[in-house]
Amino acid sequence: MNYVFHFGIVWDHWRDLADGAWLTVRLSAMAMVLGLGLSICTAYAKLSRVAPLRWLIGSYVEIIRNTPFLVQIFIIYFSLPALGLRLEANEAALVAMVVNFGAYGTEILRAGIEAVPKGQIEAARSLGLTRPQTFRFVILYPAVKVVFPALASQFILMMLGSSIVSAISAVELTAVTNSLQSTTFRAFEFYFVTTAIYLALALVFRAVLGGLYWFVFHRDRPA
Amino acid sequence: MDSIGSYFTAIAQPKGLGNLSRNFGWSELIFLLSAVRWTLLLSMIAFAGGAVAGLLVALLRTAPIAALRWIAIGFIQVFQGTPVLMQLFVCFYGLPVLLHVEVDPWPAVTIAFMLYSGAFLGEIWRGTIQAIPRSQWEAARSLSLSYLQQLRLVILPQAVRIAIPPTVGFLVQLIKGTSIASIIGVVELTRAGQLMTNVTFEPMLIYPVVALLYFALCWPLSLMSRYLEQHIDTNLSTKWSL
Repeated sequence: MNYVFHFGIVWDHWRDLADGAWLTVRLSAMAMVLGLGLSICTAYAKLSRVAPLRWLIGSYVEIIRNTPFLVQIFIIYFSLPALGLRLEANEAALVAMVVNFGAYGTEILRAGIEAVPKGQIEAARSLGLTRPQTFRFVILYPAVKVVFPALASQFILMMLGSSIVSAISAVELTAVTNSLQSTTFRAFEFYFVTTAIYLALALVFRAVLGGLYWFVFHRDRPA
Repeated sequence: MDSIGSYFTAIAQPKGLGNLSRNFGWSELIFLLSAVRWTLLLSMIAFAGGAVAGLLVALLRTAPIAALRWIAIGFIQVFQGTPVLMQLFVCFYGLPVLLHVEVDPWPAVTIAFMLYSGAFLGEIWRGTIQAIPRSQWEAARSLSLSYLQQLRLVILPQAVRIAIPPTVGFLVQLIKGTSIASIIGVVELTRAGQLMTNVTFEPMLIYPVVALLYFALCWPLSLMSRYLEQHIDTNLSTKWSL
């Protein structure tokens, strides 16, 4: 092996990589917030008394969880325009990530909701709380607390999975790296560094989410 | 030949353009169906290689020597903390320039997915090995079995049982994951869908069909994983205590 490394050339393009990484972070963070919102709505709808609504949510979860993210992106970016819904690459990427995270989030939240003692829900109902109020004040908080680690892992998986949106020319970290390596012919250096950036992002997000957990669920709350 | 897609084409495309492209008919559908075997083959090779790597990782991760555990932890952290797509690109674009060898898409994809599934299976199986009650290790040792004998005769036979549901679950993740092999040009199901879209201009029809085929592969496995999870008796602690 007589290969001469040129990591300097990666450093010369640090601004492009930083821009790409920033888009990755933005997309992931937005997808997490919107996806969590979506999955709270769907998890609530899944408790509905209307059976067709439950089936609808159930099929959404199963369909998304049993098809590849890449194909979901293609459907949103290439198929939907035929129905008159044309999205920019970045928008399509965000929509795909939200829809994807929403399905996994629904399933994760379901586990958390099942962990809430039935007696608490009955107590809330007997105190005259409406169903939405029961969900909002009695179920949601402990449910999210129980499954927070699972949500955090799923979020990290989604952040890493966002590299796949480079396939539809959303210029996030992976796409930036692709174009840089093809112009500089330094494939190994660029992919090595980008892989390291993803690893660092995963560690940072893990730490941030751990901090968030502490902030929301563990600090001493004034009575 | 009768075309399934003609109805959709009429909606999606202006009249007169249809002549330039093929319609989505039976031969196109059969092309997609036959690409399923490449997805399956790729998944199976990756799973077989990943199982070997995963077993090794799981054993190292639970080894009595700290240095071995740290190696396994590092491996798992790196491969679970980076995108598969990056691992694939390093194997396909990175290694050839580094080692001065030509790497075809298939070997690159195979290696990348083996390492990837090795890390995930290793972490899953570590959990199942550690789920075996400590008293089982102690009982085996008190029968003067060596470490490897303890593993082979006492721990692994029990761990395999509880490892089955999550392993089947990972298989779903792996089959879906192989779709990204299309990005470096391996013709499996997703790439076949892209190729068909390029000649028929009917993404509205083709990508949902591709999704449906993946669903047909993955959903039964998901159901099976869930069924096994509920029906395999994993309650080891009560079962084995006096």
